[in-house]
Amino acid sequence: MTARVGIVTFPGSLDDRDAARAVTRAGGEAVPLWHADRGLRGVDAVVLPGGFSYGDYLRCGAIARFAPVMADLVPAARAGLPVLGICNGFQILCEAHLLPGALVRNSGLRFIDRCLRIRVEDTGTPWTRDYAPGQEITLVLKSGEGAYLAGEAALAAMEDQGQVVVRYCDGSPNGSARDIAGVRNAAGNVVGLMPHPEHAIDPLTGPGSDGLGFFTSAVRQLVAG
Amino acid sequence: MSAGPDGPDTVARAAATGDRPQPYAELGLTSDEYQRIRQMLGRRPSDCELAIYSVMWSEHCSYKSSRRHLRQFADKAPPSDTLLAGIGQNAGVVDIGQGYAVTFKIESHNHPSYVEPFQGAATGVGGIVRDILAMGARPVAVMDALRFGPADAPDTARVLPGVVGGISFYGNCLGLPNIGGELAFDPCYAGNPLVNALCVGVMRHEDLQLAAASGEGNKVILFGARTGPDGIGGASVLASASFGGGESAKRPSVQVGDPFMEKLLVECCLELGAAGLVKGIQDLGAAGISCATAELAEGGGSGMAIRLDAVPLRDPSLGPAEILMSESQERMMAIAAPGDVERFLAICARWEVPATVIGEVTGAGRLELTWHGELVVDIAPETAAHGGPVYDRRAARPAGQDALAADDPAALPRPSSGGELRAALLSLLGSPGLADKTWVTQQYDRHVRGDTVLAMPEDAGVLRVDELTGLGVALATDGNGQYCLLDPYAGAQLALAEAYRNVAATGARPVAVTNCLNFGSPEDPAVMWQFTESVRGLADGCAALGTPVTGGNVSFYNQTGQAAIHPTPVVGVLGVLDDVRRRVAMGFGQPGAQVVLLGATRAEFGGSAWAQVAHGHLGGRPPAVVLDAERAAASLLAAAARAGLLAAAHDVSDGGLAIALAESCLAGGHGCRVRLPGDEFTFLFSESAARVVVAVVPGSEEQFSGLCAAHGVPAAVLGTVGGTSLEVTGSFAIPLDELAAAHRGVLPALFG
Repeated sequence: MTARVGIVTFPGSLDDRDAARAVTRAGGEAVPLWHADRGLRGVDAVVLPGGFSYGDYLRCGAIARFAPVMADLVPAARAGLPVLGICNGFQILCEAHLLPGALVRNSGLRFIDRCLRIRVEDTGTPWTRDYAPGQEITLVLKSGEGAYLAGEAALAAMEDQGQVVVRYCDGSPNGSARDIAGVRNAAGNVVGLMPHPEHAIDPLTGPGSDGLGFFTSAVRQLVAG
Repeated sequence: MSAGPDGPDTVARAAATGDRPQPYAELGLTSDEYQRIRQMLGRRPSDCELAIYSVMWSEHCSYKSSRRHLRQFADKAPPSDTLLAGIGQNAGVVDIGQGYAVTFKIESHNHPSYVEPFQGAATGVGGIVRDILAMGARPVAVMDALRFGPADAPDTARVLPGVVGGISFYGNCLGLPNIGGELAFDPCYAGNPLVNALCVGVMRHEDLQLAAASGEGNKVILFGARTGPDGIGGASVLASASFGGGESAKRPSVQVGDPFMEKLLVECCLELGAAGLVKGIQDLGAAGISCATAELAEGGGSGMAIRLDAVPLRDPSLGPAEILMSESQERMMAIAAPGDVERFLAICARWEVPATVIGEVTGAGRLELTWHGELVVDIAPETAAHGGPVYDRRAARPAGQDALAADDPAALPRPSSGGELRAALLSLLGSPGLADKTWVTQQYDRHVRGDTVLAMPEDAGVLRVDELTGLGVALATDGNGQYCLLDPYAGAQLALAEAYRNVAATGARPVAVTNCLNFGSPEDPAVMWQFTESVRGLADGCAALGTPVTGGNVSFYNQTGQAAIHPTPVVGVLGVLDDVRRRVAMGFGQPGAQVVLLGATRAEFGGSAWAQVAHGHLGGRPPAVVLDAERAAASLLAAAARAGLLAAAHDVSDGGLAIALAESCLAGGHGCRVRLPGDEFTFLFSESAARVVVAVVPGSEEQFSGLCAAHGVPAAVLGTVGGTSLEVTGSFAIPLDELAAAHRGVLPALFG
């Protein structure tokens, strides 16, 4: 049996093709999901890919959260479906209140495309199981509005409950609170991060293959489970 | 102008009021050109017709000053069995094997980028992407060749961050990786920045689309963004001059880009093409609907009947002439069979792209445009598309050309001690034109689509086309205004040679050329001489290298007052890699690898970075052009890459071997120790062409040396990769940290 991982395409999604390639390389079956369609086609997990949904002319992800597909995704995620939001997908998950906090403009006010070191802090999620606790990996960050923010109390609570999944090793490149690069929900099935694991699956086209673990984690567990 | 109190200026009214004065001069037409229009039509043109001719016969659209010279690109083209479509189409199309074709083109957006840097540069990206899309290809990457005034000039601080921000905004949101380009500074570009954008697209052979409307009764569909008052410089003139300016206010003439709409348009067009619903297609760029209707009808040898009042508007007050001239972005025009219209519109609706049937193809051979039922245009389409005037402008070698050539840099004081050479290297490496470009390039997404194998600061961008076979392409752009000022014929060839060499350095086989010819006013005989010499040089160079020109763009009038920019042909070269896994990068990443300099070094400092940075000197002769040596080096590099003999390869050009070695050390994170086989200053800073520095995989030295001999390429073993310094034995050593500090802090210090 092969794990079926849905990849949602919103108008303006850009890294949907890359996410599908990563799922395939990890041994899963990538299932395209269209923003305007209802239903999740019976997938075992969902990736919300990077891009500029609806141009992100309003707040990033603010319009995408109202797409028809989200009406099915939100309850499924609350019921435990593994969901990974990458970059714009992370922004959408925050806008949909599936994840705490918000993403705002980079502190340097410019778009950043850079390969950098990330530390995996929580290996208990369906997306990070294949990493060792504290493992340092290299991923691609490419975003203009990637600064993660939340209230101090919320941040403290998230730290207490181990909801910070990945952190920038060498300081925040974009003004993110506590160098946070990605977080999970309380249950752990929904994960969002700004750096792109799907761009780090092959040394030929990225900084290495450190990112593949996000996809193998989910695919392996779904098959086993 | 259009719907004034008496209604629009119809064809009938134009015929009846032949002596009404018209503002042709304000629209940029000469009185001879205006008389020619009257003669062709047998009456005065209507306002709408005048609008069409004024934009279609502009320098930008008609190439009236350049056309007779550009013919050389076709006349002298080397035999090539890889060209599927050539000059005259929206972009040239090259067969790269395995059923794939690649289309690529570079185009200028210089003037808008000076007026409004952010939107000017953004819409430059959008425009070239639609050219590629119109050929039926999926756009897969962009590059930008940028030139500005002095790096520390206040206006550069306004223009450069805006241009880079605009490219970043548009390209990133559109989802196209930016894989390379150029950044150069020179006082001649103050007030005349050059913003040249290149796009490359990939398709299967059978997906090729052409701009032709045929099949009487087929429908004309306008789709994409609504039409607004963008970029209507001329029409406002028409309005205010002929009707007192009541209707149209003066509007900003730079267009505004919407990359989200462009992304939808890309996906929508590709789906329409795949569904077989497109009989002909054209993007709307300069001259908007005027150009698209005239060129489609002319291309298909047909006629077209269009209802201008059916065009969906963003600003309902626009009149017919303004609609014709609007340069609103993110619009396409397609021809579809009547039975396919419903499916066509459904696909557009799925992508939320507005689409409207605005007319149909006719057999009449006329372009007939109506406005609420009244005929406002009735012309033969070819008279607008290709019937414009062609000028043989006077060209004269500038008076100062000989004095410039005589001002030889040989007389300049040169560094000689190890300490002086070391200081000269660091000063060059920290000059804005040679400094690290990360400040710019990290604002661009290079990773999207997951097929980027090499990107800046590598010599060429490399893209994977087929994931299974590894088939891919390499692309580089180059230009050197200083060389061209000293000798435009040789300078154009040197730009070609450098781009060709950059592509070859990755292991790719160069196959085709595009160009963007940036010059001052063609009405200045000195500029025209620079132009004709450059075109002749480029055409001859392409013939010698076996790489045909597939298309390009001319940008004249890059000048402030009497002061023109340096003649700056920017040349893009496309290469093919049978397997991108065999590509070679520039960094010294493998300690122990032998460092070899390919090619012959002569004392050539005219127009060199050293002469300019150390002495502010520009004079003498540019480096000798040695195209047979370029060809030999390229074929050697391809063979060596295929055999896996190379650990690194880097083109030697601006700043000479000194800069090439420093860049390779910094990119790979390892130093090197070299001994120079002759005068150290000459070896370090000369800019002799046809040279590449390579690192040979340990154990392959003998095989590589044999290959060099077999290809007739001079090869000098300089030393070995390793250590943490760039060391020239017996002269100086510079730790990598010190190189990095000199190289990396420059642009951030200038631009924040």
